[in-house]
Formats: sequence, C-alpha cells, structure tokens
Amino acid sequence: MRYLPHTDDDISTMLRVTGADSINDFFTVVPEELRRPSEMALPDALTEWELNDRMAALSNANTGATDFLSFMGAGSYDHHIPETVPFLAGRSEFATSYTPYQPELSQGTLQAMYEYQTLVARLTGMEIANASMYDGASALAEAILMALRITKKNTVAVSAAVHPFYRQVVRTYVEPTGCSVLELPVLESGRTDLSTLASSANCAVAALQSPNLFGCVEDLPTAARIIHDQGGLLAASFTEPVAFGLYRPPGDDGADVACGEGQSLGIPRSFGGPGVGIFCTRSRYVRSMPGRLVGKTRDRSGKRGFVLTLATREQHIRRERATSNICTNSSLCALSSAVYLASLGGSGLRRLAKLNYDKTEYLKRNLSEAGWTMPFTSPTFNEFVARVPRGDAEEVHRGLREKGILAGVPLGRWYPDLRDCLLLCVTETATREDMDRLVSEVRS
Amino acid sequence: MSERVGTQGLLFNEPLLWERGSRGRSGMSLPRADVEPAPVYEDLIGNGPDIPDLSEPEVVRHYTRLSQWNFGIDSNMYPLGSCTMKYNPKTNEKQAARSGFAGAHPLLPSELSQGALQLMAELEQYLAEITGLDAATLQPAAGAQGELTGMLIMHAWFKHHDDRRSKIIVPDTAHGTNPASAALCGYRAVPAASGPDGILETAVIDRLMDDETAGIMITNPNTLGFFEENIKAIAQTVHRHGGLVYCDGANMNALMGIVDLAAAGVDILHLNLHKTFSTPHGGGGPGSGPVLVRKKLEPFLPVPRVIPDGKGWRLSDDFPLSIGKIHAFQGNFGVMVKAYSYIRSMGADLKRASQLAVLNANYLKERLKGVLHLPYDRPCMHECVFTDALQQPHGITTLEMAKRLMDYGFHPPTVYFPLVVKGALMMEPTETESRDDIDRFVEALEAVAKEAAESPELLREAPHVCKTERLDETEAARNPRLTG
Amino acid sequence: MKEISELLFPEDVLYAEDHEWSKIEDGVATVGINDYAQDQLGDIVYVELPQVGESFERGDEFGTVESVKAVSELYMPLSGEIIAVNENLEDSPELINQSPYEEGWIIKIRPDDDNEAEELMEKEAYLSFLKGDD
Repeated sequence: MRYLPHTDDDISTMLRVTGADSINDFFTVVPEELRRPSEMALPDALTEWELNDRMAALSNANTGATDFLSFMGAGSYDHHIPETVPFLAGRSEFATSYTPYQPELSQGTLQAMYEYQTLVARLTGMEIANASMYDGASALAEAILMALRITKKNTVAVSAAVHPFYRQVVRTYVEPTGCSVLELPVLESGRTDLSTLASSANCAVAALQSPNLFGCVEDLPTAARIIHDQGGLLAASFTEPVAFGLYRPPGDDGADVACGEGQSLGIPRSFGGPGVGIFCTRSRYVRSMPGRLVGKTRDRSGKRGFVLTLATREQHIRRERATSNICTNSSLCALSSAVYLASLGGSGLRRLAKLNYDKTEYLKRNLSEAGWTMPFTSPTFNEFVARVPRGDAEEVHRGLREKGILAGVPLGRWYPDLRDCLLLCVTETATREDMDRLVSEVRS
Repeated sequence: MSERVGTQGLLFNEPLLWERGSRGRSGMSLPRADVEPAPVYEDLIGNGPDIPDLSEPEVVRHYTRLSQWNFGIDSNMYPLGSCTMKYNPKTNEKQAARSGFAGAHPLLPSELSQGALQLMAELEQYLAEITGLDAATLQPAAGAQGELTGMLIMHAWFKHHDDRRSKIIVPDTAHGTNPASAALCGYRAVPAASGPDGILETAVIDRLMDDETAGIMITNPNTLGFFEENIKAIAQTVHRHGGLVYCDGANMNALMGIVDLAAAGVDILHLNLHKTFSTPHGGGGPGSGPVLVRKKLEPFLPVPRVIPDGKGWRLSDDFPLSIGKIHAFQGNFGVMVKAYSYIRSMGADLKRASQLAVLNANYLKERLKGVLHLPYDRPCMHECVFTDALQQPHGITTLEMAKRLMDYGFHPPTVYFPLVVKGALMMEPTETESRDDIDRFVEALEAVAKEAAESPELLREAPHVCKTERLDETEAARNPRLTG
Repeated sequence: MKEISELLFPEDVLYAEDHEWSKIEDGVATVGINDYAQDQLGDIVYVELPQVGESFERGDEFGTVESVKAVSELYMPLSGEIIAVNENLEDSPELINQSPYEEGWIIKIRPDDDNEAEELMEKEAYLSFLKGDD
C-alpha cells in the first residue's frame, strides 16, 4: 500500500528495538474475547485508477448535480466560485495542518482566520466574530444557548420562517435544557408576526432569519426593539450572506447575534456540507460566546502575530462549564469564504448582489405574466415563493423535471398550507436564456 | 546526527488583507448583466460592506505567502497525540471535487442523487464493520458534535424508558471535550481516576456506578495510549445498573481490524473521519464525526437516514424516536467522500495501518526512553506519553522543548495533556511515518535534551527560525483584539 | 513557579484553604487571593467580579480569575454582603500578580457572623496546610 512506508526490513529492525517478536505482541493487552474472530469484511483495495472509475460511477449517478437547469436554493446556493478559491484553500500548508495550537508554526492559518473574523464581522455589521462553527444551523442553536446563558430566561421564540431544518436543529440542542420553544407565525406579507413577542417576558431570544426561508427580508429593527424591551436578545440567522451586499446587514438593524451559513461564499454545495457556520456578536458578549477566537498580539521582538485566545471559555479548559463543546470547526471553509470575499471585494459584492436581485425580479415578472402568482408581498433577495395556478406544486415540479429543469423546492413538505407553492432561487449563474426556458415551459 | 531537516528559507512579510488593494480593483469575473436593473426598496438598502478590492494576482500572492508561514503534515512529521495526523491522500481531494458530488444540492430528489446516497449507505456499512457496531449516522460535523449526538441518544433512551439520570462517569484519561458534551445534555460529569497502570480498574467503576448514573464516557485506547483492558467488566457493571457505555473512538487508529467494540460492551461510539480515515484537518476543520450504535439504540439516531428503497436509496425522516437533526442537511458529505475513498483504497490494509501505527508508537517510545522521562513504562497502543521530569533540574519545561523542536523542523507533540501526567508530551507518530523519519525525530529530541542540559537559554528563547518569535498570549487575552 | 519559601505571606491576614486571604478591620473584610495562588495561576488576564449588594454564604463561588490557560473559582472565605469590588481589576487584572495583598484586593465584605473568622488560618497554620497540599 503506497501510504504505508514500512518494508519487512524496517519492521524487523523496529521490532528488535522494542523487544517484541511480532506486531501481535503489542496487542496481547487486548483480552482474547474482545479480538475480532475474523478479518473485516471490506471490499478489496482499489488501485488509484480503479478508484477513479468507481468514484466517477458514483458521481455520475448524481444526475441532479450535473444534468439539470436548477433553481434550487433553500439554504444551499449555486454561485460561481473563482478558481483561486479551491486552488489557494487547497494548498497543503493550509489543508494538512491541525488546529493552530502552536502559533509560531501556524501564522498562516491564524492571520487568515483573523482576517476571516474581520471580514464576516464587517459583512454582517457586527463587532466580533468567532473562527467559525459547523454550519448555519448549529450556529443558530449555539446563539440560542448563549442567549439562555446571558439572560437566564427560559423561553426561546423562533420564527416559523426560519429554515425548517435549522428549527429542527435548534429543537435538538434546546431539548435537554428543558426550555420551551415558542414558534412565531408568518404574516401574509411573508414576514414574521411579531405580535406575541411583546408579551413574552420570559423570552431569552427572538430568532429570525433574514432573508427568511421564503426569501423575504424581515423587519429586524422592529423585532430588535420589541425583544430588547423584554430584556431578551435578537439572533438574526441567514442562509444567504450575499444579500448583505445589497441589504442592510443585521448588525445595523439591532441584532445581538448574526449567525448563519456561509456556503454561498465560495464553497461548493457538496450535498449539504461542509459549509461554514458564521457567528458574529457584540463585543460585550465576548466571554459568553462559543467557538474559537483568534486574536492579534506581538512576539518578543515586537512583531505583529496572531494566537488562539480567550481559550478559558472553551471545553478543554472550562470543561463542563464551557460556553460550548465545539473544538474542530470549519476552518478551511472559513478560509475559502475569506479568499472568496477578498476576490470579490466590497465593490464586487455590491454588483454581484444587485445582479442576483435583478435576475430574480426578472424571473418573478415573467412568471407572473405566465400566470403564476407571488403570495408574499415583502421585498426579497434571490429567492421567492411562487404559487402554481393549478394543482399540486409537487406535480408541477415533477413535470418540469422531465423537461430537465429543477424548479426550486416544493414547500408542501414543510408548510402544508403552501402545497401549491414552489420556492425558487435565482443567482448570477442563471442566464436570461435559462430563465426564459423555465418560463416558456411553464407557459406550455 | 544526520542533517537537520529544519533549515532557513526565504519567507515574505505580508500585510493584512485590508492593508492591500485599491477601491475599484476586482479579483473575480462577474457575469454580464443580461436583464434590466430592477428598482430596489431604498429603506432596506445598506452601504455595502467595507471589504477591500484586490486583483486576482494580489489575492493569490497574499494567501500563498500566508500559507508559507504554516506547517502541515505534508511538510514533516506532525506527532500531535490523539490527533492522528496521518498522511492525507491526494486522490481523496480529487474524488470529493467531482462535479456530481461537489455540485449536488442537498435537497435533490433521491432519484437524482443515487450516487451520493449509495456512497453514504456504503460508508455507514464499512464503519459498522470496522467497529463491530450495528448502525451509523454520518450527520455529526466533527468529533465533539458526535459526542453530543451520542449523549443526546443516551438522553433520549432514558427519557423513552421514563428513567431520569443526572450523572455520567468520565475517567481522567478521557478526551477533554467529554465533560462539556455531557453537560449539554444536563449530565454532571463524575470523575473516575485511572489506576497505577494508567488504565481504569473495575472496582472504581463498581463504586461509582449507580441507578442515577447514565453510564460512562470512556476513551479507548485512552489518552495515555493504553488499551482499557477492563472495558468489558466495566461495561457489565454499567449495564447491570441499566446504564449505557459511550466510547470516544477518536483513537480508533489503534484498533481497526483487531478489536470488536461491540464485544467490549460499547453501546455508542463516535469516530473522527479527519483522524482515523485520513481526511485533512484543514487547520481546524471541517471534520466529520459519525456515531455508531448497537441495534437497540438505532431508532434514536438523527434523521434523515439513508434507507433502501427498491433498487436504490432514499432519505427518510420516518423515525419517531429519533433525537432529530443536528446538522442543517446530511452532515459534511464532502468529508465523507474522502473517507470513503480512503477506505476503498486501503481495503484490508486498514488493519495493517493500525498495526503499523502501534509499531511506530512503541518504537518511538523505546527510542526516546531515557531521553525523556517515561511515566508509564509498558507497551502502548498508537501513542505514548513522556514528561519533562529529566529536564526540570535544568529549569527546562515541556513548553520550551516543544518550541525548540520547531527549530529542528518538527511540529511539537501535544503538550500538557493528558492532565493526569504533569508536564506531558503526548506523541502519536501514526502509521504513515517511516522508520527514517521517526529516527530523525528522535535525533532532534536527543539534540534538544542535550541543549536543555548544556545551553538551556537556546530553549528558553526558542523558536529561532519561525515566522515569529514566541508570541505574547497574555497580552492577547488581556486586551482581546479579534477584528481589524 | 516559585518555591513556597520565596512567596510572601503577611502576618496580618487570615488564610482559607482555597487560598483566599481576608483582612478584617472595623467590621469589614477585605478579600483577595494570596501569593501562592497568583503564582500557581501565572499571568492573570481576567477577573469576573460579583455585584455590590449581593450576598453569599461562606464557601460560595463569588467570581473567577483566569490566566491564559486556566480558570480558577473564587470562594467566599466568610458569609456576608459584598460592599465593594476592586474595579481597577477590570482593566488591570495583573494587579493581582503584582500586589496580591494591596492593590490586587478583590472584594470587601460585611461579614454576617464574626465567629466564622475563627475557622480561617493564621500564617503558620496555612503554611503547614500548604506543605501538606503540595
């Protein structure tokens, strides 16, 4: 096996040094009854070339990834990724290093993470950020646990327009705490109904997503005012950070935590992971926040350098009283998103966001002319809900699939009231011709 | 001594990203506008984030220079104990980047994502076969999330049986994350001390285990690098009180093809694909922390699960006892592809990998005995633990030896862990290091130990040839500067 | 870390097993951590202080001190109400390292029960306790 360097000669020399007769001697500490009676039943080892064939066959069986015109979003987005992103993030000095416990040998990762923290804090309009979480869903769950710790209240309010999978993850994380989860309903505008929030004095946190699952931009300033009056925090989740190139970021609207998924920023969809959980908050919560932090400092000669810092919040020191149990996060994906943001620049992000918006409005307009309706009236970014004129959205979706089009995500699975609706997404990767093709199939 | 592997080289200074660039530059090719601009809602519009504008060559130079300040497993031996820094095969990267995998939307209809579903189903089977357990979830995104998933499964099991338990036993040789993971499920960690041989004694668990205790979180091999020989008897005690046995399988690299963990009485186990199964650690992730369970706990695994469906596979949420979801989608699929690719490349050689990992650790231990103090002199599994006791008389500590090792071109071992050993240096060479490389590492440590006695100031001022000298962590913590 | 003989233990304060010191004057106890504790912790980077007006029982945790790689809980040597906290520690936690018994004091308490002080140790008793502890 080409990854294993040992020759027979090496092995006998090494055994001689250890005083063992065979490698099996080292395993005599394993009681007989715990040893496997037979060899593992695994497929025979493949050569590199056989592996290529095997993996190509599996990859090609994912026809949905390659053979369709797709308008799917709902938490995972198709954006162009500059070649520089996989090229630079793939450099093995970045990819094959461990968590930067020894800063003098890890300044590359550390400076890149410090820059990532800065870039995502600026993107979301917040003061500080951690070095990443697993994904957008666990970032929201951790934000909610943080709010429970800070406010010492026992209820959390989560909008029904937060991605249903994120809500499920939140329920999983909150369940053992015994705290109750209050679901805020959705108004006809597609925004969250904040009316019950004003009377929820026990509420530690209001969790909203903006743009929300329906693509609608939430009224975060009002939500912030109401929850702050109750002594709770506002956690603003997101699945599409490109929106902040156009819309005001959550930090400017009064959010205490901005947490979401950064997959849109230069990371492939990869069937849902790995992405990167972005977690930003206010400086005053720095000692309550979860996750690793990189800080700027100096070396003995006064030169600028970076280290992991405030580790006393973390699991390996504070153990059961840690702010989270997270250790490995999503560092390399965070690096990818930083390279992506650096490539795009502030000016590029603005143009890209406007392009996403313009194209989405183009499709909305043309689908309306084709007889589809848009049930929600609130402004959107690059996703919107469209109601099909007749029948079930699943059927329409299947029909378009036969024409080679993935017409978004049918919503009936998550919202029975919306079983005649599709959630459609348009990014810069969709051309006018692509959208015209969808519209002409809809017309026929 | 042979030629020292660490040497001088030209590194470049590089400013912070926003100290470069100029407004109006662009490093990304944007599609042309092929639709009319649409009016916007002015009251919602922001100013756009303050992110610098750079050209593509500037971006490439910036990150290339940063990368050169880093040390990776491709640079040299990286013997961080309990981190299993083995070689990360390059073909795995190619496989994960295939457009059918990297381009797959997580909500694709199952008939359009059969390749991904089949890969997941087969990976689950392989991991079950390798560990001896019955069923798997691939959803946890890292080891600690695997631990949390395992604890949630335990919590759900007891709730289902109307059994409230408040404590969990965590040995002093377990991984540091364990108590924090247990605490998230409301369990109080009850410490259990390891015995004079560095392993748990059955009598200790007999004394601690009761009907209020949910079970034990045991790391096997433990963080001293020893196989918990009494695990079966310990498991029997835990089971007698209705408890469950959780095994932290981060150190599985010692056991593949050798130990049947189900026979050892393990009910729940997590693995780290970014350790044992060769996927790159990426400077701190992304990882993947699959959880395996015995049959009786299968109904509690997270959803969605991959299930057979006629000729193919589909995702199902139809498991009413499930703990729910812990990841937005199916977990870190891209990492799973790499681990799958590794397992298919290795086949039966996985057992060989474990054998050689153990051989390497024992060889390293024998070679270093006497150079460094060995607190437990007995055969080890995949890692071994030394201390700075022989260097203390010269006023030299573990930290100083670790920093000096950098000058010789090696990444230091894990330091000051496990906590049961004072001044610990925990070393895990892994199977992908050759005898020659281990010999060079030993020579480097011999040289460092000699310097500790003869010219200790060399160690106190180390490292000398890294990008920076020793960094002021106190200042960083007193005045946190986390963004620029 | 220093030898015990190199550390300072004033005669005019009382010591607790958790390494806090208390100096009782005019019905007010000033509390800090002693030279041994600050030396064990190393450079202190953060102190979490209680609110003035809070009351605690003896042995309750009233705050924490943090070094770069360790956290240590602070325990009340005497029951009572917090009447002052050393706000200088918020910006200069290193005062505890530099001057544990003077500028690095942490809280002032109005003790509930004068008899509790009798259970604290004088210097000699504490030193023999410490040698056993080591």
